[in-house]
Amino acid sequence: MNPTLTLATAQRILTQLRHDRRTVVMLILVPSLLMVLLRFVFNNELMFSRTAPALLGVFPFLIMFLITSITTLRERTTGTLERLMTMPIGRLDLLFGYALAFGSIAIVQVGLAAGISLAWLGLDIVGSVGMLLLIAVLDALLGMALGLFVSAFARTEFQAVQFMPLFVLPQILLCGLFMPRGQMGWLLNWLSNVMPLSYAVEGLTRVTTSSTIDATLLRNLLIVAVCALLALMLGAATLRRRTP
Amino acid sequence: MTQRHEARLALLKLVDKPGGKVGVEQLDTIDMPSTFRLSARRPRPSVAREWQQVFYNNTRSHSRPTHPAAPLTPKLIERRIKRMTNSAILTAGLRVRRGGREVVRDVGFEVPRGVITGLLGPSGCGKTTLMRAIVGVQIVEGGTVTVLGQDAGSPQLRRKIGYATQNPAIYADLTITEALRYFAAVLRAPMSDVDRVIAEVGLTDHAGKLVGSLSGGQHNRANLAVALLGKPELLVLDEPTVGLDPVLRDELWALFRRLADAGATLLVSSHVMDEAARCDRILLMREGVLLADETPGELRARTGATDLEQAFLRLVRAVL
Repeated sequence: MNPTLTLATAQRILTQLRHDRRTVVMLILVPSLLMVLLRFVFNNELMFSRTAPALLGVFPFLIMFLITSITTLRERTTGTLERLMTMPIGRLDLLFGYALAFGSIAIVQVGLAAGISLAWLGLDIVGSVGMLLLIAVLDALLGMALGLFVSAFARTEFQAVQFMPLFVLPQILLCGLFMPRGQMGWLLNWLSNVMPLSYAVEGLTRVTTSSTIDATLLRNLLIVAVCALLALMLGAATLRRRTP
Repeated sequence: MTQRHEARLALLKLVDKPGGKVGVEQLDTIDMPSTFRLSARRPRPSVAREWQQVFYNNTRSHSRPTHPAAPLTPKLIERRIKRMTNSAILTAGLRVRRGGREVVRDVGFEVPRGVITGLLGPSGCGKTTLMRAIVGVQIVEGGTVTVLGQDAGSPQLRRKIGYATQNPAIYADLTITEALRYFAAVLRAPMSDVDRVIAEVGLTDHAGKLVGSLSGGQHNRANLAVALLGKPELLVLDEPTVGLDPVLRDELWALFRRLADAGATLLVSSHVMDEAARCDRILLMREGVLLADETPGELRARTGATDLEQAFLRLVRAVL
């Protein structure tokens, strides 16, 4: 572990993004635009307030999953990963560099979407805004870590994009957004229990409805953080110095 | 010349180890009496000193050791022998299997330090795989690869080897300077290196351009520039001159020569035979087998051909 290399990697990734202005604009604005759209679809502040917090976690999760899996796949296919593997850089330096770069984008992304929702769209939360942002950023990091891990199993960008419906949409369907998790059958409930996004959404909903930071909330936070870290470690295991 | 030695002498035996490795087995150690006088005629002082470092556990024989000598383990001796051998790359019995096919078959050769060695052969003959094995990113099936005295792929080698792949491996969405800055940071090379290597490959006028917008030849040279960062001891360059016009090709070969003169070792692959004449030594491969390992002059003399292209053809036909 070397903080200089982590910072250099994060800086390199952000510089790459800076040259791609359209992607930056989309990364930062799309979740906010979707929140505005959602508000008009519901046309009702109460219903919006019920769904919006969960979506504040889901959107960054989805977007980060997608862009990380593509970026790392590109790093693998263009040979830059192999080149880095011949150099004195640890795999974790590289991965934490990714986490730092995409994590900071996630903060801007979520901050803007939450700010707009709270100020103009009538989102009303009882708990702390800081906690809401924290969970949403953790969500983004979870998406990033999963994307990184999953990209190891994709050979082409076509495959990488298809992993999104495969790995992300089931989590969104089962996270309690469409149907309370308690009302699902035992199999779906079990599936929902092993999916990390469920805990993130539960945490987000709790922040909206109660101002106390209780054990369940902390447990949910911890589960999401551990899952993100675990996916990052699994991602590290897929970065090989020697390949066939 | 006589000298007073106070040391421990190790009695060694070279043994064959599995996988074509040569190991060293320590049979016994003999403590030299302080009155022991050793006469030695030294052919070259440095070589004698190196051997002394291997077999005697104190480095300066004329001074009394100030602390007890570390135990002389076979592993330590093996490492010291490896370090003192004068070759940059040493492979023995190397075999690599890719996609169910043996693409490198029992290849053994030695690349001396400070020279340009050309790795030649038709496309698909295993050049790239061999280079990947040398930089330590290739899973090998058998045999040994020793680079700069260490096993290929050792962490200590990562700062000493510059590797340029055939397909440019450099971030297309960064400018040349930005991409090189990142690699320089990873290599802990000074940032002044960035401008130096850009100038060396003749891209100073394009330094601020996005790598993705460069022409094929420029892209290739940007890729080569990464390998030059940090002044590596060994440069492994996979087809660095492909797609370049004759003037640029000539300039790059002049650069390679300067680097070799400064003490770097270069292994340069090519499928263009006229580049072979610019190398100090040639390794010729065909279908994973090493056909020749000699100087261009030796190759011409052995085959009786006047030019290298003819020499290669004769060699290949003789094998068939």
